[in-house]
Formats: sequence, C-alpha cells, structure tokens
Amino acid sequence: MAVRDLRVVRGGREVLHGLTFDVPAGSVLGLLGPSGCGKTTVLRALVGVQVVRGGTVTVLGEPAGSRGLRRRVGYATQAPAVYADLTVAENLRYFASVLGAPRSDVARVIDEVGLGASRDQAAATLSGGQLHRVNLAAALLGRPELLVLDEPTVGLDPVLRRELWELFRELAGHGTTLIVSSHVMDEADRTDRLLLMREGRILADGTPGGLRDRTGADDLETAFLTLISEPTGSTA
Amino acid sequence: MNARVTLATARRILAQLRHDHHTLALLVGVPSLLMILLRYVFDRPEAFDRVGPLLLGIFPFVIMNVVTGVATLRERAGGTLERLMTMPLGKLDLLLGYALAFGAVALVQVGAVLAISLSWLGLDLRGPLASLVLVATLDALLGMALGLFASAFARTEFQAVQFMPAVVLPQLLLCGLITPRDQMAPWLEAVSRVLPLTYAVDAMGEIARRPDLTGRLVADIAVIAGFTLVALVLGAATLRRRSA
Repeated sequence: MAVRDLRVVRGGREVLHGLTFDVPAGSVLGLLGPSGCGKTTVLRALVGVQVVRGGTVTVLGEPAGSRGLRRRVGYATQAPAVYADLTVAENLRYFASVLGAPRSDVARVIDEVGLGASRDQAAATLSGGQLHRVNLAAALLGRPELLVLDEPTVGLDPVLRRELWELFRELAGHGTTLIVSSHVMDEADRTDRLLLMREGRILADGTPGGLRDRTGADDLETAFLTLISEPTGSTA
Repeated sequence: MNARVTLATARRILAQLRHDHHTLALLVGVPSLLMILLRYVFDRPEAFDRVGPLLLGIFPFVIMNVVTGVATLRERAGGTLERLMTMPLGKLDLLLGYALAFGAVALVQVGAVLAISLSWLGLDLRGPLASLVLVATLDALLGMALGLFASAFARTEFQAVQFMPAVVLPQLLLCGLITPRDQMAPWLEAVSRVLPLTYAVDAMGEIARRPDLTGRLVADIAVIAGFTLVALVLGAATLRRRSA
C-alpha cells in the first residue's frame, strides 16, 4: 500500500493536504485523530470510492479502486451499510454471492463476529453494536487481502472489543493487512503502526512504542494530546 | 455483467419485499381496488371496456416508478450502494437485478388486476391477452427505469416521492386518457408525442379495440421498449463508483 501526496477536496475545501504514507503487508495500521480530521476520507480513497484531486493511491500493487481489487479489498463503513429489512444471514448471503465467495463463508464470518444467535434476525431489530458487527462481517467475506475498517469497534462493550482485536491480530498473522480507524486511544496500543492525523495532515507516523518514547508519555492518550497541541507536525 | 450477481440481486430485492408484507399487499391490492372503483364509477360496461385497459398500462408504470425511486434512494442513502460499488458488481447487474425483481412483481400485479377485471368486472378485451401483459410489463420496467434515474436527483425520500407527480402527472394529462390527443392545443399534442406514457396508453387502446396484432401496436411496443432502454442507460449513468 502506498499513498503519495494525496489531496482531496470536499465541499469546495481541501480536506487532505498531500498525505504520504506506506503500509507494509500483513500489519495492522491504526488511523487516529480527532473527529473531522479526514480519517474516513483517507479510507475512502484507499478503497477507491473517493474522488481525489491529486496524488496517487496504490493498493496491492494496483491503483485504488481498480476492477481487480474489488474482490481483494474488504471495506466496512462507519455507519452500517446493510439492508435493514433483511436478516443477518440474508444480508451476508447476498454480499457473498456478489463477491463470488463460497457459501460456507457466511457461517464463518457470522461466527467470527459472534452473531450466531441472531443470524435469522432482521437487521432493523438488532442493537447498534450488533449492526456494527454485521457490517464488519460483510467486509470479512471472501477473505480479502486488505481490510479497511472505519471505527469497527465503536459502540461495542470492552469484552467484544477485545475479541475483535484478537480477530484482527489473527487475520494479520495470516497475512491480511488491516487499516483501522479509531478515536479510542487504548486501541492504538494494539496496532503495529499508528498514523496520527490532524486537520488533513499526518501529525505522526510510527509504532505505539516510538510515539510514547518521542513524547515521553507513559500512555498513548497523553502522547496523542502532547502531539496534537504541538504547533506543527513532524514524523516520528 | 455477471448472471450470478444479477440473479442474486433480483433474489435479494424480492426477499426485501417478502419481508415487507404491507408493501406487497399494497402493490397488488391498490390497483385491483382502483380497477373495481373505476368499473362502478362508470357503471357502463362499454365505458369500462374503453378505459379499463388504458389503466392497466398506467398502474404498473406509476407504482413501479414510486417503488423503485424510493428503493434506490434507500440504497444510495443507506450506504449499501457504495458497498456494492466497492465489490465486483457491474452497474448493469444492479439495474437488471432491479428489472428482473420488479418485472416479476409487475407480472403478479397485472395478473391479479387482469383476473379481477376479466372475471368479476366483466372487461371485454378484443385484443390478445399476451400483448396486454407484454405492454403492461414494459410499462412497469419503464416506470422502474425512470424512478431509478429520478432518484439520483433526490436527496431525501420526501423529494423522491415528490418526483412521482412531477414525472407522472404531466404524462397522465397528455397521454390521451383524459382528452383525445388530437383535441389538444397543437403544441401540447407535439409534447405528448415525445412522452413515453402516450405510447403505453395508445398501445393499450389498440389492444382494447382490435383483435389482432396491428402495425400501430407493434410500433407502440417498439417505442416503449426504446424509452425503457434509454431510461436504463440514463439510470446506469447516475450510479457512480466514486463520489466527492
């Protein structure tokens, strides 16, 4: 994954001002930053649904959004994008057939996100956290090589959050690359690398340990606050 | 284009309708009820024989227009369209999936209305039944394609529903149902000639009057099919993989 000088204009305003970063395969990259800093726009550019003004985004060796990538990249938006009137299993069966994923994949992903008990429940009747997990399950279909997850653990209880992070680690262990946005700092510690953003720019790019050392903070929350209040960003 | 994806999409849309019993009941019940109403509003069999078939062309058009407009707007607003656009799904797969699903619903709808009209209401149809079903199904697909196209310009479901009268009512006024077209102001008659519903109503009129497949009917069917194709292409153009 390579992003070079990515510029995006939304609503007449430049929201990404020339972002450059790389993501090594088989790692978990955390994308952090305050609300409105452009995290979702970066993720949308990676999956190729964002109109970009300038720069290049290369994903798995191809330009982002290429036809060949549509089977290799899984994307879960922040707001669950599933059919409210269909059941969990019906939603996933449909997305699986669009992807050409094996039918057994539906049972696998339902199991992975722990939704076995509500597989025949209409999505509209699920809780917010359950709906998020259906959304995540859809992204896991077909075992994509790259998973782009926008705030996948928002609204989930600590137990589930830990279980999902264990799943993410396991996927990365099998060679999947994950890009996960979050604004919860304790999750940042579970990533291999962190990209800290503010107002459409990268503030810091490094390992969680490296960021702690650089700021002299014990926890990432303090490190983050230190970096965010610095006048200009630099690369760790 | 991929047959597996197209069929899966049609199945998914039908599954959504299956879960929504109210919509399903309204889709079949409302036109049937209107037809019964019409029969007794006229209370003269010969007037019903003239107007009944025309309405059989208009109902599927109007209803599919609204249903598709709202359904695709929900796909756009709910993020599922964006999800599908990141997947190996062709725009044509989605359009044909909708066409298959709503075409099937239109067949059920027309079948029910036709069964009631021909038995209980005593509609006397001179022309071939098959061509009536064909024209009604084409009308449904035309309404669907226009609804899909119009939904691209609506931001909310409120707006999408407003498009219905905007698209349908002028056509209804000009299609020859209310006043014969040759009695309209000449410029309005000219306008009516480029509106698809005119041909749908004309085709149904032919079927009501003549027992055989006339050249005029074939020409009408060709024009409706052409409009449907153009509307589908326009609808496809509004589906975008990338957005701002």
